[in-house]
Amino acid sequence: MSEDLAPGPLLDPSLVETTLRVALSKGGEWAELFAEDRQSASSSFDEGRVDSMSSSRDRGVGIRVTVGEITGFAHTSDLSLQGLKEAAEVAASAATSSSRTTAVALNGDGLASTRVKTLPNLVSKESKVALLRRANEAARSAGSAISQVTVGYSEGRRRILVANTAGIFRADDQVRTLFSVNCVATGDQGLQTGRETVGYTVGYELFEENDVEALAERAANRAITKLRARPAPSGELPVVIKNGGGGVLFHEACGHGLEADLVKKGASVFKDRIGQQVASSLVTLIDDGTMGVEWGALRIDDEGAFTQSNTLIENGVLTDYMWDHLRSKDAGRVPSGNGRRQSYQHLPMVRMTNTFVTNGETEPADIIADTTRGVYVAQLGGGQVNTATGDFVFGMTEAYLIENGEITEPLREGNLIGNGPEVLKNIDVIANDFAMGSPGTCGKDGQGVPVGDGQPTLRVSALTVGGTAA
Amino acid sequence: MTIRELPDIAKEIIDSAKAGEEIEVALSRGRSTTVNAYRGEVESLKSGSSQGVGVRIIIDGCEGFASAGSLDPEIVLEVVNEARQNLTFAEKDPHQAIATPDGVEPPGLDLFDRSVLEVSEKEKIAIAIDLERRCLDRDKRITGVRASTWADGWAEFALASTAGIAIHEEGGSCSVGVQPLAEESGETQIGYYGDVARRLENLDLEKVVAEAVDGATSLLGATKPASQRVTVIFEPSVAAAFLGVVAGSLTGDRVAKGRSPFAERMGETIAVADLTLFDDPTDERSLGAENYDGEGLATRRNDLIVSGSLNTFLHNSYTARRLGVISTGSAVRGVRSRPGVGMHAMQILPGDRTREELIRNVRNGIFVRGVNGLHSGVNPVSGDFSVGAYGHRIVDGSLGEPFREATIASTVQRMLLDIVEVGGDFEFLPGGTGMSSLVIAEIALSGS
Repeated sequence: MSEDLAPGPLLDPSLVETTLRVALSKGGEWAELFAEDRQSASSSFDEGRVDSMSSSRDRGVGIRVTVGEITGFAHTSDLSLQGLKEAAEVAASAATSSSRTTAVALNGDGLASTRVKTLPNLVSKESKVALLRRANEAARSAGSAISQVTVGYSEGRRRILVANTAGIFRADDQVRTLFSVNCVATGDQGLQTGRETVGYTVGYELFEENDVEALAERAANRAITKLRARPAPSGELPVVIKNGGGGVLFHEACGHGLEADLVKKGASVFKDRIGQQVASSLVTLIDDGTMGVEWGALRIDDEGAFTQSNTLIENGVLTDYMWDHLRSKDAGRVPSGNGRRQSYQHLPMVRMTNTFVTNGETEPADIIADTTRGVYVAQLGGGQVNTATGDFVFGMTEAYLIENGEITEPLREGNLIGNGPEVLKNIDVIANDFAMGSPGTCGKDGQGVPVGDGQPTLRVSALTVGGTAA
Repeated sequence: MTIRELPDIAKEIIDSAKAGEEIEVALSRGRSTTVNAYRGEVESLKSGSSQGVGVRIIIDGCEGFASAGSLDPEIVLEVVNEARQNLTFAEKDPHQAIATPDGVEPPGLDLFDRSVLEVSEKEKIAIAIDLERRCLDRDKRITGVRASTWADGWAEFALASTAGIAIHEEGGSCSVGVQPLAEESGETQIGYYGDVARRLENLDLEKVVAEAVDGATSLLGATKPASQRVTVIFEPSVAAAFLGVVAGSLTGDRVAKGRSPFAERMGETIAVADLTLFDDPTDERSLGAENYDGEGLATRRNDLIVSGSLNTFLHNSYTARRLGVISTGSAVRGVRSRPGVGMHAMQILPGDRTREELIRNVRNGIFVRGVNGLHSGVNPVSGDFSVGAYGHRIVDGSLGEPFREATIASTVQRMLLDIVEVGGDFEFLPGGTGMSSLVIAEIALSGS
């Protein structure tokens, strides 16, 4: 095992070749080795003091062998030759055949250099603590109603190496840095919360371009504003979603349904719909893993495929699904750079990267002015979708009533519910103010991966708002 | 690599404590297997080993924590050093300390059934394939199965500290899960059900198939309901999700930090008199049963809400010290994280009447089979509760047409007071929660 900052690949090429040969020794048609070394650190500031600082380290290897439709997989944290061989044998015995191909020729150098300016682990912990303190002060100064402030900082570096018997031998060095502020405001009607997060696939330079004090003030003001919030309405209404506040709508409404593994198993409402009009003609939806510093950016996916920009819906017409190795092989096409896994202990599957809707032509102010009664959602929280039916929910963490073309009262939290295919058709106007949203973690079958999303201000002509007011 | 016993590794770290240092070490080692079947064949067979170490060091109220997914001696050493370095940046919290033994005897449960390790690979594959087959055979509207899964795991866990805690436990379990797809008139619905047990014989495969298939087929033809205020019946899994949110607000960390709507309500009536809610990890019937909590203290039964009245909060040793009480043995943790506070094995005191009788009593309402968006539409600090829901309409005391694409909303505080009845249909859910159906009035249903 090479040392942390040694310039070689994560695993020695000859060790990789030996392991892959063992993986093929029982008749496997294709084998893959995925090595990962992940180091992360976080600290939190709570109740006016540095609460805790943690660090964690994970490294290991996952070995996959396929024969036809069968996959054998084994993972280990023992990176010795013996440990790797044992894992390769376990994976191999789960996918056997009588064929005996064992030739392995790696094609590549297995090297990656970091693309960030400042590796966060090289920055002093004092400097990180100072950031937490500044954000805490700023949030507390935002108003006397702020009763609790929690500030969090986290950094992660994930180095991966992917090698397979088709010759791929590629690496990536992924660094992500995140900062978040959570505030609780106390008022006569009880407690309310406000949260703001900033995170990019960058190093410590995150703080050159993002002001933690401004972030903290926004979180505090969101909590304070909600103290005078009234119950959200109940029933179908037009909903305007602020730019950068609701990319999760598309992530849930159609993103998951366009993942080829779900499509193949008939578990997507978008199966057999390529070439059909599935959305309002205003909608062009893209998934793009190459977007520089965005939260879901990757150089290669976790199967060694280079990421790319994939147009999924163009002017409302479904143009393509997202693909990983297994599903693209099955369909006789190239993967789209969407094969991802949470860690070396997981099998990869089709996942989104940065998913967004492109600009329209309308001025955002005109959309609000044109809405007689509706809901203006400035920030959506998480969501969830049933891909078989397309029904999805997502939470409003900052929302207002629109009355006679103006944004008026703040609303209490609640879920919005809709059906993907219907909502896509009900998008009746899109503005020209595209923005990416907050960093997210997407969960699927128990695996979480970082994703980004974005969208211009837009309106859905009718969406069910899950409030309690008439 | 030579395999070292976990308690030996722990002892070595504890013995390395410097003057003034309190150290707590958690170690784990385990292995697991997952089999996925698809169209009568193995789709994937996955197996792996995992290891973990988490070290907490405290000096004079300042805590540092580090963890790693490996027991390699060099990495374990790195973890200890990282924890030591991290604590120098923490600021003093006088209540921060490692748990000290409190003399409470653990319940002495024998929770590990070695037979779970003896299930052959062939048998695991056969079960995964069989589950898929049984779903397809049960109803002709089942056209496919997205996933049919067997999983099993074994793990050992050791926890030791300079305060004198030293435990070493072993456990194993097996589980199955299946997701059938039902199709009719161009519409697709997906169902899911699973079960977990400490031994193979306790997995209820028949029930898994029946519930999963019924979950998919019964929603075919579901429509969006009209917005209105209704009485709802939560089936036990939904009631457990709702009361899980309530229990989360009754934990010492939320209370101490002013993030619970119930923080100032001790001894007051917060729910109807029919509701008694407790956490009982000493009840062997629950899959959440444990001898020790996450800090190595004995588990015990804690009555949270007794006949509607708030009786206790849950505490680990930190939250207990902060609020001047004693730990309720409710620390929860994984090796890779610091101890938190939470439920181990929540239970409700059941009512008397059957589910049919509960339904018969409702004139206009809904029977909720499932909810979604709990993480996005429920704010445990404010108590706002809004979730997506699906299930059946109840018309004049009988189950009617299925509904979907609707939300139900209220506040957690109100819902506890709007409970009309607790059902007698008590069951232990796969996760270990003991729950009955709940009837709740005055819920805002949002649809068309």
